[in-house]
Amino acid sequence: MTTQLMEEPPLGRVIVITSGKGGVGKTTSAAAISAGLAQRGYKTVVIDFDVGLRNLDMTMGCERRVVFDFINVIQGDARLKQALIRDKRIETLSILPTSQTRDKDALTKEGVETVLNELKEDFDYIICDSPAGIERGAQMAMYFADEAVVVTNPEVSSVRDSDRVLGLLSSQTKRAETEGADPIKAQVLLTRHDRGRIDSGEMMTVEDVLEILAVPLLGIVPESQAVLRASNVGTPVVLDGPSGAATAYEDAVARLIGEEVQMRVLADRRPGLFQRLLGRTA
Amino acid sequence: MSFFGFSFKPRRATSAQTAKDRLQVLLAHERRGGSTAPDYLSHLQSEIVEVIRKYVEVDDEGVDIRMEKGQDVSCLEINIELPCGATAVRGTQS
Repeated sequence: MTTQLMEEPPLGRVIVITSGKGGVGKTTSAAAISAGLAQRGYKTVVIDFDVGLRNLDMTMGCERRVVFDFINVIQGDARLKQALIRDKRIETLSILPTSQTRDKDALTKEGVETVLNELKEDFDYIICDSPAGIERGAQMAMYFADEAVVVTNPEVSSVRDSDRVLGLLSSQTKRAETEGADPIKAQVLLTRHDRGRIDSGEMMTVEDVLEILAVPLLGIVPESQAVLRASNVGTPVVLDGPSGAATAYEDAVARLIGEEVQMRVLADRRPGLFQRLLGRTA
Repeated sequence: MSFFGFSFKPRRATSAQTAKDRLQVLLAHERRGGSTAPDYLSHLQSEIVEVIRKYVEVDDEGVDIRMEKGQDVSCLEINIELPCGATAVRGTQS
């Protein structure tokens, strides 16, 4: 065995994408953020923690290539390298799918820790896609995190659940339980932002949400048709052509790695009258 | 947009059609497989490796299993790296 002195060790940073509430865009965000990080050359792996209801594989478009999964690795039925799926579009991106057939009890704290530690030796960023709720799967996804992205919609139940999750992040995690450790760095990612409805007073503003949650803002993702289209074809939204959502996720990724990027919300380009008459949607 | 049922929309694969196709392939596999499907693969792998080990020494790290599920057939690809100059295991245990 030779050690390569020139090569820097991987960053090995664990980031959980969580929200409490379902359907706010956790998996979409996990896919987009991990693809965005990988696009910048960081070795990135995204893990699905939603045991029994796996969907990250579909969002990433690798559902036909799943052989072994996270639970197989935890239970010793397969090695980690066998379960990792290399993305076909970006060389530095891997996916660790979860089991569709087991239940949440298959996730043990020791098992998750072992897998994460092994991944830290090879990857710069380990993105944990949390299931909805605050039960075992969600607890395991956040327990070992260094950072958290709390996906929130400007809507009452989502904001309330995000607040609950922020409480758990600061109390029920390894960093919270370890004396002297820095707390988890939690940031809010506001999704399904709708300029028009905010202007007409129907939707809470970004400032309203931040005032209530009192954590820094990672980004604002506009409501965008690009999100559904990307999920239809199994492509992370940042890799599916230009859109307001793609730009927002790219900005969020830049902030995640410490760059200063001004907050902006770009709407999707509306098709012109002629285009709409022809019914062409790009 | 259509006028009186006549549409200018070009006939081509839409992303919605892609979504439907992907789901049909995936769900066909999941329903057929029931709840035990993924589990046989690890047994299959260990048994195949066991058989090969009767003849040549192979490393656990050198076994790679891939799967590509298709509409009608799935393709299971097993790559086993035989170390160069792999030593034959003396006398196969019958």
